[in-house]
Amino acid sequence: MKPPPFDYHAPSDLSEALDLLSEHGFDAKILAGGQSLIPMMNFRLTQPSVLIDINNISELSFINPKRDGGLLIGAMARHKHVEHSELVAERAPLIHETMPQIATVQIRSRGTFGGSIAHADPAAELAAVSIALNCSFKLMSKKGERWVDAHEFFLGMFTTSLEPEEILAEVGIPKMPPGAGWALEEIARRPHDFSLVGVAAVVTLNGGEECQDAKIVFMSVGETPMEAHKAQSSLVGQKVSPEVIQEAAHMAASEDIDPGSDIHATADFRRHLAEVLTRRAVLKACERAKK
Amino acid sequence: MSDLRNITVTVNGTQFERSVEPRLLLSDFIRHEIGLTGTHVGCEHGVCGACTVLFDGDPVRSCLMFAVQSDGHEIQTVESLGTPDEMHPLQEAFWDAHALQCGFCTSGFLMTLLPVIEGKSELSEKEIREAISGNLCRCTGYQHIVDAVKEAIEKMNA
Repeated sequence: MKPPPFDYHAPSDLSEALDLLSEHGFDAKILAGGQSLIPMMNFRLTQPSVLIDINNISELSFINPKRDGGLLIGAMARHKHVEHSELVAERAPLIHETMPQIATVQIRSRGTFGGSIAHADPAAELAAVSIALNCSFKLMSKKGERWVDAHEFFLGMFTTSLEPEEILAEVGIPKMPPGAGWALEEIARRPHDFSLVGVAAVVTLNGGEECQDAKIVFMSVGETPMEAHKAQSSLVGQKVSPEVIQEAAHMAASEDIDPGSDIHATADFRRHLAEVLTRRAVLKACERAKK
Repeated sequence: MSDLRNITVTVNGTQFERSVEPRLLLSDFIRHEIGLTGTHVGCEHGVCGACTVLFDGDPVRSCLMFAVQSDGHEIQTVESLGTPDEMHPLQEAFWDAHALQCGFCTSGFLMTLLPVIEGKSELSEKEIREAISGNLCRCTGYQHIVDAVKEAIEKMNA
């Protein structure tokens, strides 16, 4: 239960961190909040030979408004800061509502917004929420920067489109369109534990009735956050009614996902939860969209 | 490969200078280097909350940080609260309400609750249970702990 030895670097600015990454790349891990990495190192599930601790890089801790009504959140903004940010509450209500659900208060003191996304745990709320909100991620390396959309970022369990010499620097969150409603529903054995199934939904209604756009993204049902494409399409253009929503929820659970069984839940139970949670989330999102 | 780093840390108001291996966990640093064994090590993977300390005033799991990261920072452990003769109101309330049996988890609960109850005149049962949701206790079933928190808040506002 002790991590193996590693070379430790704690750069004080981003360019120094990018130099270190370009030098050590494959052998290095970035240490952000450490709330997933350090337990994995304690268990020796991962044994990086170089750790680049970015906690002293203050330039990545911002929460800034965008001129178009959206937000930019620096990768090192800690969960507790995002949780208590009035700007986030006002401009990204789904994220505001998600933050208190993430792990426990001790972990939110230390864990970071970008770290949770870059870690790419399929159970992570922020991974699913970032897809539901059409977020994009700024990836930086010594060679330059590029933006990747959330739905293209997650490639597999703990695997993303980040190259070894790249760092996730900031998250762009678009403005919520008018007529949009949101919800996050999850079930865990204990509150704040890893969810058995979770779902983030964002629904945009036209004139408070007809569904113009729908995003339904699951956590804990596959290797990555899973977007329910068929269910989403089934909602678009329809007048949302409890029956239509129930049909979409059934479709999401039976056709869009293929969850596995483990000691926590069987695949059948996960499908059952997915249907119930999708119905609840989409209903709540639609109610909010009507306001 | 694993060289020693010099760090300066303030623990319970006293400054300490030590040389540490980067892989040394903060929990082990507090117990073995500083000699403060009130901070308990339970699961060592961030689930049980027994090792909770305040890091610059915020509750953190000390098993999920490296000691080297505490360079220049302030740590507060359970030893900063009270003495057996003069307990902190929170400790007194835990004792009074039978909020511990074996006591292994207690220091983690106390350090988690300290910033929560500070300056509060009231907390609902739901808020208290939310506040302690990151700490496991295998003896009490939590009800006595919830009672103790209510009692501590009353005492501190009396």
